[in-house]
Amino acid sequence: MVLVLWCVVTLTFLLLRMAPGGPFDRERKIPEQIEKQLLARYELDGPLHRQYFGYLGDLLRGDLRLSTKYRDRSVNEILAQTLPVSFTLGAVAFLVAAFGGVWIGTGAAVRVHRPGDALRMFAALLAISVPTFVTGPLLILVFALGLGWFPVGGWGGLGSLVLPALTLAAPYVAYVARLTRTSMLEVLGQDYIRTARAKGLPERRVIYRHALKVGILPVVSFLGPLAAHLLTGSLVVESVFNLPGAGAFFVHSIQNRDGFLLGGVVIVYCVLLVGFNLLVDLAYTLLDRRIRLDG
Amino acid sequence: MGEIAPPVRGLARELWRRPRTRFASCVLLLLAAGALVGPMVLPEHYARPGAAAFLAPCAAHPFGTDLNGRDLLYRVLSGARVSLLVGLAGALVSLGVGTLYAMVAGYAGGRIDAAMMRLVDVLYSVPRLIFILIFINTFDAALKDRLVELGFPALAGWSRLVILILALGLIEWLTMARIVRGQVLALKQAPFVTAARALGQSHPQIVLRHLLPNLAGVILVYLTLTIPAVILDESFLSFLGLGIQAPQASWGLLLSDGAQVINPVRSYWWLLLFPAVTMSLALLAFNFLGDGLRDLLDPRSRR
Repeated sequence: MVLVLWCVVTLTFLLLRMAPGGPFDRERKIPEQIEKQLLARYELDGPLHRQYFGYLGDLLRGDLRLSTKYRDRSVNEILAQTLPVSFTLGAVAFLVAAFGGVWIGTGAAVRVHRPGDALRMFAALLAISVPTFVTGPLLILVFALGLGWFPVGGWGGLGSLVLPALTLAAPYVAYVARLTRTSMLEVLGQDYIRTARAKGLPERRVIYRHALKVGILPVVSFLGPLAAHLLTGSLVVESVFNLPGAGAFFVHSIQNRDGFLLGGVVIVYCVLLVGFNLLVDLAYTLLDRRIRLDG
Repeated sequence: MGEIAPPVRGLARELWRRPRTRFASCVLLLLAAGALVGPMVLPEHYARPGAAAFLAPCAAHPFGTDLNGRDLLYRVLSGARVSLLVGLAGALVSLGVGTLYAMVAGYAGGRIDAAMMRLVDVLYSVPRLIFILIFINTFDAALKDRLVELGFPALAGWSRLVILILALGLIEWLTMARIVRGQVLALKQAPFVTAARALGQSHPQIVLRHLLPNLAGVILVYLTLTIPAVILDESFLSFLGLGIQAPQASWGLLLSDGAQVINPVRSYWWLLLFPAVTMSLALLAFNFLGDGLRDLLDPRSRR
C-alpha cells in the first residue's frame, strides 16, 4: 500500500521533471538570475536526486508545498478549498451508481428474456455508449433550461448537485447493472435458491435476502475501480457544470507544469483510492466467508 | 488442435443471422465507408472556413455548419477517420500488451502469476485518465522536438496522435489481460497441451502454436469491446483539450465544440446532435458486436 503510493509519487515526479520546459517558462523569457532564485525558492535547483528526496521529506511531513503557478498559495490550501466539492459530487454519484445499478440489474435478472429485461439492458448499453459530456448538456437543456427544475451549473444547495451526480453516475449505473444481472442469473439457478423457494419463502425474500447476498459479490469487487473511475470522470462533469472542484486545477496544473499542485492532486486521489480499496477488501471478506484474507 | 477451439468458421454468417449484430455490422460498415470515402467525395471547400457560420441544416449542408463556417458533415466524417483510427490502433496496442502479459502470467503460473495479477488489480484502481494526461503531456512535446531535430517537421503534427494511441493502448489492456489469463489457465490443463509437452516442444512453441490459436476467439471479443472504450477515452481527452488538436477533428473534439455553444439565448443544436448521434451509434454498434461475439465465442458465457 505504501509501496503503491511511493511508486505513484516517484513516477509523477520523474515524468514532470523529465519533460522539456520548466515550470517558469513563459512567452517572455525571464532573466536567468530571477529564474535561479525562483527555482531555489521552490527547491527545484541542485541535482535531481536531492530535489526528489527533499520533496519526499516534505510529503512525509504532510506539506504539499507551494504551487508554482498560483504564487503564494500552498497546494494544501488549494486542495482544501476544492476537494470537498469534488468529493461530495463523487460520493453522491457513487451511491447512485452502486444502489441504482444493483436495483436495475436485479430487476433485469428476475425478468430474464422478457421485455423488461431487454429494455433495461438496452438502456444500460445506451448509457455506456453516450459520453458524460453529452448527457450533461442534454440534461441541462431539458431539466435546467426547459423545465427549470434545477440550476444550470455552479455550486450551492442540494438542487445543484442532482444533475451533475446523475450525469456522472449514468454510465456506472449501467456497468453495475450489467454485472449484477450476470451474477444474479448464475445465483438464481443454484440449488439453495430452489430450496428457499420450496420452503415457501416469499419471492421478494428469496431474491433480496438469499440471492442478492451472493450475487452482489462481483459488484463489491468492482467498487474500488468504480471509485477510481468516478474521481477521474468528475474532471469532465465539473467542467460541464462549472463546479469549483479540483478537476479544473488538475487539468491546468498539467498544462502549466505546476508540478507540486499536480503531485498534490495525484497523491490525495491515490491515498483515498488505496484506502478505499482496503475497505472494499475487508467488506468482501465479511460478505463472503469462503474467502480468507491470508492471500 | 483441441476441442476447445471456438467455432471461428462461419462466424460472419452467424453474425448476419442475428438482428442485433447485423444492425451493428451495417452501422460500422457504413461509418467506415463514410469515413474513408466521404472526405474525398465532398466538395473541397467544405473543409475550409467559409463565410456562412452557424448555418442550420439545409440542402447544401445537411448537418449545418460550425463556428468557422465549415461543413459539419465533412467534419463528422473526417472525425470518424481519426476516432476510428485511434480506437482500432489503441485497441491493437492493448491487445498486444494484454495478451503477452496474460500469457506469461497464466503459463508461468504460481507466484509469478499471483504477483503479476496483483499488479493488474492495483492498476485497476488507479485513476487512469490522470496518468494518460501526464503521459501525453510529457512525451508529446519530447517526441515533437525529436522529430523536428531529426528533420521531419512535417511529421510533428502526428506526434500527438501517436502518443495518444500509445497512451490509451497502454491503459486499456487490463481487462484483456484478466480474461486471457483465465483462458490460459484453463487451456494449460488440456490434454493437447500435455501431449505437445510430451512431444518435447519448447515453451514458446506451445504458447504460440497451441495456446494462441485457441485464444483467438476470446481475444477477438475483447478487441471489439476495447475499441469503444478507447474511442470514449479519446473523446474525454479531447473534451478536456488534451487529445486531438484542432484543425484535426475527432468526435470528442466536435462534441466539446458543440457542448460549448449550448446556451439559453440561442442554441446551435446541430453542432451537438449530429456528432453525438454518430459517436453514440458507433459505440453502441461496437458494444452490440462485442456482446454478440461473446455469446458466440466466449466459452465462459456459453451454457
